[in-house]
Amino acid sequence: MDLYEYQGRDLFERHGLPVLAGGVATTPEEARAIAERLGGRVVVKAQVKVGGRGKAGGVKLAEGAEETVARATDILGMDIKGHTVHKVMITVTADVAEEYYFSYLLDRANRTFLCIASVAGGMDIEQVAAETPEKVVKAPIDANTGVDEAKAREIVAAAGFPAEVADQVVEVAVGLWKAFVAEDATLVEVNPLARTSEGKLLLLDAKITLDENAAFRHPDHEALVDQAAVDPLEQAAKEKDLNYVKLDGEVGIIGNGAGLVMSTLDVVAYAGERHGGVKPANFLDIGGGASAAVMANGLEIVLSDPSVKSVFVNVFGGITACDEVANGIVQALALLQQRGEQVTKPLVVRLDGNNAEAGRAILDGANNPLVQRVDTMDGAAERAAELAAAGV
Amino acid sequence: MAIWLTKESKVIVQGMTGSEGSKHTRRMLAAGTNVVGGVNPRKAGQTVDFDGTELPVFASVADAMAQTGADVTVIFVPPQFTKGAVVEAIDAGIDLAVVITEGVPVHDTAAFWAYNVAKGERTRIIGPNCPGIASPGASNAGIIPADITGSGRIGLVSKSGTLTYQMMYELRDIGFSTCVGIGGDPIIGTTHIDALAAFEADPETDAIVMIGEIGGDAEERAADFIKANVTKPVVGYIAGFTAPPGKTMGHAGAIISGSAGTAEAKKAALEAVGVKVGKTPTETAKLMREIMSGG
Repeated sequence: MDLYEYQGRDLFERHGLPVLAGGVATTPEEARAIAERLGGRVVVKAQVKVGGRGKAGGVKLAEGAEETVARATDILGMDIKGHTVHKVMITVTADVAEEYYFSYLLDRANRTFLCIASVAGGMDIEQVAAETPEKVVKAPIDANTGVDEAKAREIVAAAGFPAEVADQVVEVAVGLWKAFVAEDATLVEVNPLARTSEGKLLLLDAKITLDENAAFRHPDHEALVDQAAVDPLEQAAKEKDLNYVKLDGEVGIIGNGAGLVMSTLDVVAYAGERHGGVKPANFLDIGGGASAAVMANGLEIVLSDPSVKSVFVNVFGGITACDEVANGIVQALALLQQRGEQVTKPLVVRLDGNNAEAGRAILDGANNPLVQRVDTMDGAAERAAELAAAGV
Repeated sequence: MAIWLTKESKVIVQGMTGSEGSKHTRRMLAAGTNVVGGVNPRKAGQTVDFDGTELPVFASVADAMAQTGADVTVIFVPPQFTKGAVVEAIDAGIDLAVVITEGVPVHDTAAFWAYNVAKGERTRIIGPNCPGIASPGASNAGIIPADITGSGRIGLVSKSGTLTYQMMYELRDIGFSTCVGIGGDPIIGTTHIDALAAFEADPETDAIVMIGEIGGDAEERAADFIKANVTKPVVGYIAGFTAPPGKTMGHAGAIISGSAGTAEAKKAALEAVGVKVGKTPTETAKLMREIMSGG
């Protein structure tokens, strides 16, 4: 889960890291209250999870409450690269003398964590690394020993932070590592880490990603989910413990196992190239050992997407038993019809593996005119794309 | 002979008395795996009956190893206890730990991996979030269905469970030496490269199927490794060409970050070193079939 900048600022503040005083507003009136509390000159920043908001006019200075309200009114509702601005963060301003870069992140390749630090901050770090690699320090961090003062001093020396801020950077490095571990983050990026003209170090931006697998030990992280930005179908799926991602095509996809479902999306997209450019409408993994009830829930979600014109159920039964899947399909269709919902979208089903014969027999026996059985994955994808193209 | 798991492997199960653990212990036994016991400190000294096979429960991995000579552990404990279970297995010095559990926090995986490195990597770790390892006809450690294929001379390494099963099914008439599901998490104990190296050295493996997916750069690094070290033919398959950036596709590690981790980049890297990459699983199987028939 990626956090908004204001959530990052709050998180840093909670962990005792030096940030600018501020707050977040969803309306101009809330912005006024924050400006009055902070007093003087403030900066109003659009909260979107995309870069380049400054250039798009999403970051403005304001003097006093009236101007803050005006700037917040301008920015709220703005579209930045397809992201609508629903919130603005308002903070006091800082007189920045120098900008640095500091981050901790997951290093997949080396199966550990990495610290990236640079005295050339405030710009795209990948660009800095490409143009002046000598200005970027990458230090592996042992997950078990972490970043203590000695390790932090090593990083600070290697990156060449100026002597007058070295002690402060060490303190931030240690504190930021504690926050990184305590929150189960996979990324904390501070760009810029700024030195003010008074020589004080401040974390002026926050890019944070939290590990959703660690949610069980962070009940407070749930509140960080931006409900307004969650797709309603994704929300409905989540409530039923289904692993669903909404996409923008016409062929609904249900499969078991993340890899097979990703592969199914690809195969459908290839088939779609031959059938009017139809694409997969979603990713839905019903998981290993899925029961009939899980299948029924999945089918209900996919069929409730109005852009879906056909559905491809692609199951290779490893643990999952294909007869369970077939029963799920039959039960789901009966259930939806009982509720008075008109199911008119055709289903293409491919079953292989564990109990495939029994599963196929159940589908054939049910003899539902909406359900078509195709024996191979590629053939079924072709058929589902063809049906979606005909139904568009 | 296969890699890492053979007929001689003695397997214990951490979490054997739980619902997943007991279900799959039964399946592993049915597949002919030499399962010699389980670990649960609260049930130590008891035995559990699996369709007539009585398996003892030990207090610890070290205990189980001392009393049975076990050299493989399969871990089914819930995510919040996984790190502790793996650390226990490392401390006991077991050869192979197969971590099936899905949903392990990446800080926990990073911690047990760092611990393993500090201990000299005595233990090979497969997973987490993986289906395990199967050497058809010999032994099966994990949840890979045993009845899809028999033994043969193809080696398979894959980030995905069901794509592993699909590929085993497509090539079931030829058969496999060993199939390794390495898992879809961002940090995993055994990588494509580890498996490629082992298959290259295995006299019972003639060719290798490598299945990857979006996220990270493991496939790109595997391509470099193949160029420098692998003489056996390799065919590849990559899933996730149509996945949008920034969205996690089921597996915690399956995410395109910015422009990094795309399927296109992985396919290009593999093809650049001469690995044929299939467009679909079926086409990939066809490429392997051509190789195995001398084509």
